[in-house]
Amino acid sequence: MLLGTLTYGLINSCILALVALGFNLTFGISGVANFAYGAVYIFSGFLTWILMNSLGFPYLLSVIISILCAGSVGLLMYYLIILRVKGLSLSEVMATFGLGLAIMELFRYFDFVGFRYNLPVFFDGSVAIGDVYIDYQRLIIALIAVGLTLGLYLFTHHTKIGLAFRAIAQDERTALTFGIDSDRIGALSMAFGAGLAAIAAIVILPLGTIAVEGGYEVLINALAVCIVGGLGSTVGILVASVLIGYAQTFTANYLEPHWMMLVSLIAIAVVLVVKPSGLFSHQKELEERI
Amino acid sequence: MKRRKERIDRGIKARSEDIFALSSYREMLYLLIPRAIPVVGLLGVAPFLSAYWQEVFISTAVYALLAISWDMLISAGLVSLGQSLFYGIGSYMAGALNYYWGWSPLFTMPAATIGGGLLCTVILLPVLRLRGIYFAMVTLVLPLMLMRLVEATRILGGTEGLTGLTPFPNPLMSLYVIQIVLLMALFGFRRIISSDYGLIVRGINDNDRSVMSAGINIYWTKTQVLFLGASVSSFAGAFGTHIDMFAGMPGFALDYAIMPVASAVVGGMGTFAGPMIGAFILVPLSELLRALGALRIVFYGLFLVIFVVGLPEGLFPYMQRKYHQFERWVYVE
Repeated sequence: MLLGTLTYGLINSCILALVALGFNLTFGISGVANFAYGAVYIFSGFLTWILMNSLGFPYLLSVIISILCAGSVGLLMYYLIILRVKGLSLSEVMATFGLGLAIMELFRYFDFVGFRYNLPVFFDGSVAIGDVYIDYQRLIIALIAVGLTLGLYLFTHHTKIGLAFRAIAQDERTALTFGIDSDRIGALSMAFGAGLAAIAAIVILPLGTIAVEGGYEVLINALAVCIVGGLGSTVGILVASVLIGYAQTFTANYLEPHWMMLVSLIAIAVVLVVKPSGLFSHQKELEERI
Repeated sequence: MKRRKERIDRGIKARSEDIFALSSYREMLYLLIPRAIPVVGLLGVAPFLSAYWQEVFISTAVYALLAISWDMLISAGLVSLGQSLFYGIGSYMAGALNYYWGWSPLFTMPAATIGGGLLCTVILLPVLRLRGIYFAMVTLVLPLMLMRLVEATRILGGTEGLTGLTPFPNPLMSLYVIQIVLLMALFGFRRIISSDYGLIVRGINDNDRSVMSAGINIYWTKTQVLFLGASVSSFAGAFGTHIDMFAGMPGFALDYAIMPVASAVVGGMGTFAGPMIGAFILVPLSELLRALGALRIVFYGLFLVIFVVGLPEGLFPYMQRKYHQFERWVYVE
């Protein structure tokens, strides 16, 4: 029982980390809190479903198309909306929130509700570790979460665009003097964040059905992880996803599944009150409180 | 005789935007008409609407109250994404007083206004030091959290809510109650914000640290503003509860958080009249679109995006500027 809880807690942590990676990437680099993140997540889930079931595309092709589409949504969102209100954080939040709302409710309007909306698992079956049974999909989630985190680390430390990302995040003006176009990098960071949301959706959604409510939950979970860990800090989100992941799993096992979402919400509230910049953030204290 | 054009407002503005030197009835009318529009519009038109549109009018007024109180909070730099927190607490408070102790709406509404305002202020007191987006995120999360808390602990009727509350004795009375409160909130808040006290409030929004260095305790001022805004919203909640004869989890729903923000963005922030205009555009519009179901929320979302990006100042400041630019012909001596 305990071993099972520990394993599933780890998987849950991986899910949270996967969900938070994209949100964190966009915020860390361009400073835009993308409140349409949950909508992009749901959008790519439904897009994959439509491509596969209504248009009959093969699985791999529809996955690639929906990741690319999510990326372009991010790119367009940056150029059409964010660029015009850049720096006004309230306007950024309201514009992305409004857009996310519009996208998600559009799916509800077109009646994308029900159990038939689900994505296939990569491999069927399960494996026993000790006396704990885990299905392959959850193992794959853990692998992909670890892989993506490593990949992002290598990408931001060893490629030209990745280095430009970090340069803009550290000091935008100095980066500009080196000929790094901050608008282009901002747009790319948004596209990458949206693409990561799509990957997360394709990997995680096979565990359940695709539901519009899932978008809101994903947004809250991503926010919780990023706020607890510190917006923009990669180490922070790993630690925070482990903390929240285990907290959620233990609550679900020993109290009631009802309380699971409450854990993220309480985590957000407590961290914002005690240390708003999160456990591992580099943000200056004066920017968030007086 | 030669004639030339003259701006009307130039001649009567004495020193600032809100002190005037009037010398004729026409100049008085020039100032009076825009201020009379909401009074005449609310009190005069509402009783002649059909029963259905009277209901729409009431829910519009509730949203307008939420939007006006949102605007009060934003004047002090408090970005609230959770008007539903205030609405929900007000509605539960009035509902519980009525359900468990059988108080009449005459007493539950004032009690919920003051009590809800106090409770919300106490809840948000620890985060009052947070700025901008951090405060916004706390307020966004709190109502969702309370909703889950009610669902998980099954207090106050749990998912079922409190049903069968006392309604208003007649619809016309509820109509007048909400109109009068709305007008009081509109003109009262506009009065407050243009007084010296309002200067401090606006100063906190513009540059909090310089207000601090003037020796003013900004947390105390923020607390007062929060109480004002929260009690007006709590009143809206208490009123809405007695209209629906139901208090429950929908009180914390995202609707009550988004509509006020959308109204304020459409109408123009920081003007109080703007958010009210916004609410009176958006809510009836969404009623007309009711047949479209979930598509309504899509429209809110898009409205929000279009106005944030396209017309960031909002409708009211735009109209105000145009009104001030009215010209008349005068003879050149």
